[in-house]
Amino acid sequence: MKNSTLTTDVEPAKTDPRIKLITAKIKKENYKPDALIEILHTAQNAYGYLPMNVLKFITKALHLPPSRVYSTVTFYHFFSLKSKGEHTCLVCTGTACYVKGAQLILNEIENQFGLKPGQVTADNKLGISVARCIGACGLAPAVVLDEEVHAKVSAEEIVNSINAKIAV
Amino acid sequence: MNRQDLQTIIYAEKAKEQNNKYKHKLCVCCGAGCISSGSEEVLKKLQEEIITRGLENEVEVIATGCMGPCNQGPLIKFLPEYTMYQKVDCSNIKEILQRQLVEKRPIEDLLLFADSRPKPFIDAQEDPYYKKQMKIALKNCGHINPEKIEDYLVHDGYQALDKVLFQMSPEEVIAEIKQSRMRGRGGAGYPTGLKWESVYKYVSPQKYVICNGDEGDPGAFMDRSVLEGNPHRVLEGMSIAAYAVGATKGFAYIRGEYPLAIKRFELAIKQAKKLGVLGNNILGTDFSFDVEVRIGAGAFVCGEETALIASIEGKRGTPKPRPPFPAESGLWGKPTLINNVETFAGISPIINNGGEWYSDIGTPKSAGTKVFALAGKINYSGLIEVPMGTTLREIVFDIGGGIQGGGEFKAAQTGGPSGGCIPAEHLDVKMDYESLTSLGSIMGSGGLIVMDQSSDMVDVARYFMEFCMDESCGKCVPCRVGTKMMHDLLQKICKEKATRIDLERLEELAVYVRECSLCGLGASAPNPLLSTLRHFRNEYENRITE
Repeated sequence: MKNSTLTTDVEPAKTDPRIKLITAKIKKENYKPDALIEILHTAQNAYGYLPMNVLKFITKALHLPPSRVYSTVTFYHFFSLKSKGEHTCLVCTGTACYVKGAQLILNEIENQFGLKPGQVTADNKLGISVARCIGACGLAPAVVLDEEVHAKVSAEEIVNSINAKIAV
Repeated sequence: MNRQDLQTIIYAEKAKEQNNKYKHKLCVCCGAGCISSGSEEVLKKLQEEIITRGLENEVEVIATGCMGPCNQGPLIKFLPEYTMYQKVDCSNIKEILQRQLVEKRPIEDLLLFADSRPKPFIDAQEDPYYKKQMKIALKNCGHINPEKIEDYLVHDGYQALDKVLFQMSPEEVIAEIKQSRMRGRGGAGYPTGLKWESVYKYVSPQKYVICNGDEGDPGAFMDRSVLEGNPHRVLEGMSIAAYAVGATKGFAYIRGEYPLAIKRFELAIKQAKKLGVLGNNILGTDFSFDVEVRIGAGAFVCGEETALIASIEGKRGTPKPRPPFPAESGLWGKPTLINNVETFAGISPIINNGGEWYSDIGTPKSAGTKVFALAGKINYSGLIEVPMGTTLREIVFDIGGGIQGGGEFKAAQTGGPSGGCIPAEHLDVKMDYESLTSLGSIMGSGGLIVMDQSSDMVDVARYFMEFCMDESCGKCVPCRVGTKMMHDLLQKICKEKATRIDLERLEELAVYVRECSLCGLGASAPNPLLSTLRHFRNEYENRITE
């Protein structure tokens, strides 16, 4: 994670295409505070996470108190204040996956990469997270590696796939 | 577009279907499950291979929604023969096409359930897996291309909307739904007709209809499959509801974890507007209704209706005390109807076939069918739809193919973190709202996780308590503090460090949290604990240190 406290006070450049995207979304929603969650989705899609200075930018644009934006962001699992890493490995821990050994996969990942859910490697190459349920219960246990669903995986297989990804 | 135009299009599409030059339809399952198993690659290769063989005028290849047995995927299906192949990959496509289409001799070893049935069925509808099912909400899921509105029109799409707009008053629509005895499929089972009527009775210039697609229960994927497999059906249900209660604006709240469902539903909205069955002056009448998608941001509590409303308003998804109920004061303080995805999917068949037809299906108190998501230690995990009152044994053994690896059935968990488990001695329980409640579980939204002898029931209770603890919104103390305390006690029992006093305290706490919490999340959080205590008390006792 880049030191987000340092960049907090730096206003994001208006010319940044990602900021343009967010501005367009805010305009489309008529600057309505009701659209906060929609706008946060757009911002997270653009950045991969929600940097503090971008949150401040949204706060100003919608004329909302920062507490309202911050409390909303931290309420929902989907939003992240930290970079999720270049490669993301999302382990489903829904009931079906849990019954079929999702915990073993998480243990093995921790053994191999020293990462617990929510952590990112020091070089920002790999981030591990867990999902409540991705709805692929028929294929449990499931792991999503960079948007691609790996179905019925073993701990060993997923470690190999991760190694192949981060080696590139 | 007016009514006449729609009928003309439907006639044209039906005629096209009848004079179809194609002899075969080849359906490739592109539900989320099969896509994860590689069905998109299979679809591409099949299309190429059909052209290579010069069969493009004989075989129509279409991508469909979920066909059911997800863990056998990728699945393909030949119509009209209804021959299904499982675990299709790019290496066996050529052989399948050669034998199925050219030699007319299906490859038995590759047919659906070939690895587990003594003799697989060439017509998959003969297989007990499909024979015991009855599809209403999932009808056409797996036969039609969910991304083409024309496919939906051919299968009586938007006929129910046409019927209500031109032949029925809102009161008559509500009466029909009441007669069907349909109950909300989101979990609580509140009669749908009564809910509609209460929203209808409030006078307001602005009312809303919300489709609850925030399927947060881990282990449930019914709504996902319906939205992915037949989005227009849900949209039509919403429009009919809006006409009945007098709403002009709707929201579909869909989980952010379901990108494909969101994409297909948004596409469906666009197509419906273009065709004039959604938007201003639908089919030339003065009824207007518009729908917008709202993407959920991952909070289980947002399945609770007042929390969901707060989330649509862009706020933290915390529930409010009821009354006032959303029917009186919901979204932005206006009367609001909230129904689940599966409920809306069941509306148009009721309008088309009549409320009486629907009420004859199922049991006296629970009418119709229910979609279940089978998962866990079961052979054929996936999506099924059965009449209410089907026994758990039929679901697990006849449809689900029994326990994986020849294991022994220990329990089935229904209703996710708000539900409970059903032990082996109650395998013959009829699956309906009342029977499940009497066993200490709930119908819930339809997740059904099967567990075998290797499952540790105390750990299962701990798992669900951890879930509720994490998902508690924090607004009320009983839920926020109680779930944490119960979780810690369960953890202690799992580690065999708990005493009898701990167990007593745990049971006491469970009652407090159930009785004192503000919303359903807290009130039902103790359910998995209480039901495992009821049916598997010895597993707790064995870990108590005196």
